[in-house]
Amino acid sequence: MERKRRKAFVEQEYCVSCGCCVKECPVSAIQIVKGIMAEIDRQICVGCGKCAKECPASIITIREVVA
Amino acid sequence: MKNRKKKHWYDYMWIVSLSYLLLGFFNILFAWLGLLCFFIPLINSAVKGNKAYCNRYCGRGQLFGLLGGTFGLSRRKDIPGWMKSKWFRYGFLIFFLTMFAQMLVNTWLVFAGAESLREAVTLLWTFKLPWHWAYHTRTLTPWVGQFAFGFYSVMLTSTVLGFVTMILYRPRSWCVYCPMGTMTQLICKAKAHE
Repeated sequence: MERKRRKAFVEQEYCVSCGCCVKECPVSAIQIVKGIMAEIDRQICVGCGKCAKECPASIITIREVVA
Repeated sequence: MKNRKKKHWYDYMWIVSLSYLLLGFFNILFAWLGLLCFFIPLINSAVKGNKAYCNRYCGRGQLFGLLGGTFGLSRRKDIPGWMKSKWFRYGFLIFFLTMFAQMLVNTWLVFAGAESLREAVTLLWTFKLPWHWAYHTRTLTPWVGQFAFGFYSVMLTSTVLGFVTMILYRPRSWCVYCPMGTMTQLICKAKAHE
């Protein structure tokens, strides 16, 4: 049976790499790559949505994906 | 899930930012210290190719995070699409740099003796606020004071803009169109393509 899990996704084109999401993530699943954009390690992400709530540009969304 | 991340010394940089703004009310020459917020992020991104300043040390961002987040002064609404577009971000950067250059020209004119020192802070590039009480050292060469008034105007204007967007949208909405953030990201992009 397929299991669905909630994961965060960044619309990287609009990311300003401010790092707000990094500070919020309780499981340290986000890093800013080369000062350009945020990248989420979806193996670690628990889909709590804290980053999405904090992102000043509102470009992080939480989606359900098949685990 | 509560965020129990350990606090570091740099998580208190908002105190530095707040002190900077307050000191400008007492002695405008403290405005010169603002150059640190200008050069440190640029040098850091140019040398290390990251945005550690924005990500960790920016006191202004922390101050907005504190006021808008912890103190709940933000409506926490999504910022409009145009505000996060590249057109607006780069356009605002160009506008900001143009105004900065104009401030440098004004300083030069005072230095050259073509104009006299204006003891005023210009808010939002338009409104001249009398600020003479914060200028005590009249024996000092006038251009030093002119630069301080000009630089403090830049810092106060950006704080006001950031404060308004903090209330209207999310706590750190300023970070989306912050000219320093845009500039350091461009430097990082250039470094990454080297």
